[in-house]
Amino acid sequence: MMNKKTLIYDGSFNGFLTAVFNAFDEKISVADIQKNGRVQNGLFSDSETIFTNVAKAKRVWSGVRTKSCNAINTIYFAFLSETDGVEFMCYRYIQKLMATKERKHADFSDETVLYLSQLARKVSREKHRMEAFVRFQLTKDKVYFANVEPDFDVLPLISKHFRNRYADQRWLIYDIRRKYGIFYNLEGVELVSLDLHEIHHNRTGKSTAFTQREYQYQDLWSSYFKSTHITSRINRKLHVQHVPKRYWKYLPEKKEAV
Amino acid sequence: MNYQRIKEKLDILADAAKYDVSCSSSGSKRTNTKKGLGDSTSMGICHSYTEDGRCISLLKILLTNYCIFDCAYCVTRKSNDIKRAAFKIQEVVDLTINFYRRNYIEGLFLSSGIFKSPDYTMERLIAVAKKLRTQENFNGYIHLKSIPGASDELMHEAGLYADRLSVNIEVPTISGLKLLAPDKKHEDFTKPMRKVKQELLRYASERKRIKSTPKYAPAGQSTQMIIGATGESDKDIMFSATHYYQQYHMKRVYYSGYVPVAEDKRLPSMGSQVPLLRENRLYQTDWLLRFYGFKVTEIVNDRHPNLDMEIDPKLSWALRNMEYFPVDVNTADKRMLARIPGVGMGSVSKIIGARRFRKLNWEHLKKIGIALNRAQYFIVCDSRHWQRANLDSLTIKGKILQNSRSKFRTQHSNQLTLFN
Ligand code: SF4
Repeated sequence: MMNKKTLIYDGSFNGFLTAVFNAFDEKISVADIQKNGRVQNGLFSDSETIFTNVAKAKRVWSGVRTKSCNAINTIYFAFLSETDGVEFMCYRYIQKLMATKERKHADFSDETVLYLSQLARKVSREKHRMEAFVRFQLTKDKVYFANVEPDFDVLPLISKHFRNRYADQRWLIYDIRRKYGIFYNLEGVELVSLDLHEIHHNRTGKSTAFTQREYQYQDLWSSYFKSTHITSRINRKLHVQHVPKRYWKYLPEKKEAV
Repeated sequence: MNYQRIKEKLDILADAAKYDVSCSSSGSKRTNTKKGLGDSTSMGICHSYTEDGRCISLLKILLTNYCIFDCAYCVTRKSNDIKRAAFKIQEVVDLTINFYRRNYIEGLFLSSGIFKSPDYTMERLIAVAKKLRTQENFNGYIHLKSIPGASDELMHEAGLYADRLSVNIEVPTISGLKLLAPDKKHEDFTKPMRKVKQELLRYASERKRIKSTPKYAPAGQSTQMIIGATGESDKDIMFSATHYYQQYHMKRVYYSGYVPVAEDKRLPSMGSQVPLLRENRLYQTDWLLRFYGFKVTEIVNDRHPNLDMEIDPKLSWALRNMEYFPVDVNTADKRMLARIPGVGMGSVSKIIGARRFRKLNWEHLKKIGIALNRAQYFIVCDSRHWQRANLDSLTIKGKILQNSRSKFRTQHSNQLTLFN
């Protein structure tokens, strides 16, 4: 019997796809696929380090696409959830997809398919939340700046949305937890990392990085927010369900509540 | 910016606008051109939620709350003793742009009290939209209120800049309108609606021939009705709504539980409870008509003029029509699957996707996300076990109510997710 192998990749999505390519190509019997740095060796399996290869990754990508475009999204979104063991589940999913003639991605009675599609939905929900809850603050050097702390690694997913929408202003969205940001410089979007001395959310009070005018607009927005309630209809539970508390510290309209 | 002054106006003019429940910002297809600001191509985003749980996606304000009319149900009516204010056109433009750039909103929803005349008011609303589009290169969402009685020319112009236009019919019956808004005629409401509908059709057919035809109100028109102000039945409301959907090609009809705003003997007294549950049932009915293939008379009719408050309208229909059930989820067509209580359209397509691979049993259905507490009495699947086994509809209703959480009994269920 062939020994099971753990494949170790660099943490990038292309790296993961390369691992999948190698597994198919060399008919490796896969024990697990793990990010380097996070490796937990299985007692009875060998490991092999994968070198990211974009050409190989692309081949897996287009292979999946010929099966289904939905499946591509599902895999990418689920991958970005950073859930433990998600790589192996994605690998199993791709295996199943390739082994079936058609529409396997819609087989919600299959455990793997259901699991990944639910995971992908969670990530997609977080993506939408970020598109909604990013709050830009205009800095003195005219950059619209927002810091965020999403549950999943969604910056790659929201970049296009913000680029299309705010094409005529420079903006920067910074993920505090993952320590990188996306910066739009009026031409394109680049990845940046920052030495962020203060985190600009509600508790820090006023920062010198922003103009007086900026705070006035935040106040106008909060007072607008307040005047939208109809007292006889108040329903806090529903409110918190829609705007979970963990996001409040970045929302100017929730300044007082925080 | 005169911050103090703007803040004061905003307080007054946002407060007066909040009773309009429409906050939709979807359905438009305006892309960002030439590196301008904004787009409205997405599904419509709720950037925040009010403390009563409603979506905030637009800056919703009145241009002014001065009004020459005296509609009984409205805070802005001239006999009401309140603070009045008026925005300048440029002030609305600046607020919109600055809120938009910070990702607070999807766009602007501008309404107004009627000052001087309907046309004079409509012109001002259009001026704001025009400025946003032409001077600021703004591609975000703009919803303008069509002022009852505004001229055809103005309604035509409004559609060139706005994504959506709406006239709130407010009172579902003509007799109610006479009672509560004696200054307004029914035709004042329908005239701008009719004009907008004609223009929508005209532009659509022109676009078929000439690709570059400009957009006219790409997100269509909508209207709102107040619920529970004039003793109307659910049948009155839903028949009216169906009429507006059909005759005026409405994208949406909104139902707004009446919130008493002043003591008036023609209306429910101050402090009366807002009929939130009823509002929710009406929305569910609206959904059934628009997406689930139901006809209005199947849900409300002379024998059943009012909706059952205890259970949702689909369940209610099913209990009255037991002869259609049980439905076999492994063979039934899409139309019938959509009629099963507890099965939403999302689940319908999941069932269809999954049953290609194997016959589905209770376990599968549960995992797919079907509300079995309701659905189980109406379906058979790959199992010999059938829950209903000769239960009559009253017993089923009793069992479902017993097993459902308080959500059917609380008042605060106006925005419960619909059918799932
Ligand atoms: S015309 Fe409009 S703003 Fe004026 S009182 Fe009637 S409903 Fe209110």
